Amino acid sequence: MTTDAPPEAAAPPRLARWRQGRLVAGVCRGLAAHLGVDVLIVRSAFVLLSVSGGIGVAVYGAFWLMVPARQDEDGGAARGRDWMQLAAYAAVTVGLSSLTWSAGLVRVALWPFIAGGIGVAILWQQADRDQRHRWVVPLRQLWLRSVIGLLLVIGGIGGFVARQVDAGQARFVIIATLIILTGVTVIATPWVVRLWQDLDAERHERIRSQERAELAAHVHDSVLHTLTLIQRNAHDPKEVARLARSQERTLRSWLYEPKSDPGRTFAAAIRELAGEVEDDHGVPMEVVVVGDTALDERLGAALQAAREAMVNAAKYSGAPSVSVYAEVERDAVAVFVRDRGKGFDLDAIPADRMGVRGSIVGRMERNGGTASVRTAPGEGTEVRIETGRG
Amino acid sequence: MGEGNGIRSVVLVDDHQMFRTGVKAELGGAVEILGEAGDVDEAVAVVGALRPDVVLLDVHLPGGGGIEVLRRLHGTVPSRFLALSVSDAAEDVIGVVRGGARGYVTKTISGPELTDAIERVAGGDAVFSPRLAGFVLDAFAASDAPAADPELDQITQRERDVLRLIARGYAYKEIARELFISVKTVETHVSSVLRKLQLSNRHELSRWAAARRLV
Repeated sequence: MTTDAPPEAAAPPRLARWRQGRLVAGVCRGLAAHLGVDVLIVRSAFVLLSVSGGIGVAVYGAFWLMVPARQDEDGGAARGRDWMQLAAYAAVTVGLSSLTWSAGLVRVALWPFIAGGIGVAILWQQADRDQRHRWVVPLRQLWLRSVIGLLLVIGGIGGFVARQVDAGQARFVIIATLIILTGVTVIATPWVVRLWQDLDAERHERIRSQERAELAAHVHDSVLHTLTLIQRNAHDPKEVARLARSQERTLRSWLYEPKSDPGRTFAAAIRELAGEVEDDHGVPMEVVVVGDTALDERLGAALQAAREAMVNAAKYSGAPSVSVYAEVERDAVAVFVRDRGKGFDLDAIPADRMGVRGSIVGRMERNGGTASVRTAPGEGTEVRIETGRG
Repeated sequence: MGEGNGIRSVVLVDDHQMFRTGVKAELGGAVEILGEAGDVDEAVAVVGALRPDVVLLDVHLPGGGGIEVLRRLHGTVPSRFLALSVSDAAEDVIGVVRGGARGYVTKTISGPELTDAIERVAGGDAVFSPRLAGFVLDAFAASDAPAADPELDQITQRERDVLRLIARGYAYKEIARELFISVKTVETHVSSVLRKLQLSNRHELSRWAAARRLV
């Protein structure tokens, strides 16, 4: 009536709900196009089926659930419905049903379903397109559930209608009601689940946007700040490198490292220490940590010794970078600090120099661990620090 | 791909023009840069047409990342892939190696080290950075759960020793000296670990990588 025949007129178009020229959900229009009859005939048939026993409403609902909406070729022109026509059909329906009502043909039990249908239609109408799409897609996958539900409803109504004539047999009425309720539950469950999932999705979206806000704040506080500092120190390559490296480390740990408190876990503490030494001395520390554990006093001593080893490597080795490897095993923790710098002759160090002997080897021995230094001139240096756990 | 004769041909895949220029300058004449690509589609086309010895592959690329390039090219070209990334994230590192890369180095690597890594990958060996070695040690850490496939799901004590030394910053030559084995044996151990990393279905591997993502 308001639309032309679809272009692929040779073959009957696939059954679909038409959004164009629809009155309720486009079921009649779709059926008419599919069957190749005038939409007026289909609509009249549905009205008649609805008023004489209500089966029309149920069938319409079933089509609505099961039949996909047609993909509109046009952007959205003529999507509005003809309210006058809708009112006309409604009037015809109401008129006919009051006729049959007075004739005692229609059963009171049907009215809740008709009212419910109208309610659903209003909800449907108010929901935006995306929301509807989200409701319908999983429903179609659950078509079996819907079919069973509808059969139960129809069967229940049928039983109700058939038995109400014998008013005394309340038992059947109850059974029929139970069947109806079961059917409605089966139909409604996916809808409720959908609504619940919608809420869930919304909550996730909110969390995501909070994360985005946090990221923006972080980038602003640290990265932009550092970039400004770098521009201001552009004349000093060493300072620029230090700033860049420090910012890189912060950003990396923020992005990739599991969030942990340097005050409590060994891995976080050693990364933090290495970062401090790097900042103080401008030599990159390549830190690799395997495993993790909670900090205790013995590990605290190991960390201090490791720090001393890192500082020595950064200050005296002349190496461009220092490797720090820490490993937490079942019963021991080991830290290796290695540089490829100039190394030194261990025996040539005067006995009164504290450095390695006092703050590394001595400290570890006092705390029940061990430390050893392997070095030779030109060979680099490796300090190995070990301590037991628990 | 002549093994060990002449200079290696390389295709550079990275979406940052500035970085590509920098790498080219660093590599100098040590390798022959056949071509460059800035995204996944371009990389697939360029590598497919030029068939270089080695592809230097950035992990983060428009169009699906380095993993997508590996997926689409795997088995179709004789080229070997070396992943190059600023990212230290475990899932990036493990992901791209499991996708078929023969190694993983970070972008802070020096020119000579990169040349060395390219040579190694071209020769069929694996290249592990200290960090990748650390990840593997972590992922294959002894667990009480029995391995489904002991051949693939566990690393041997010797492999563990080698990985530990890599993580400590040792070069292959230094590892060989430390463990009294040949460099070739070190390479064999590393290749074996790479194979296990690529093929093992050990569930700790994926679970561990997933857990690390929860930052």
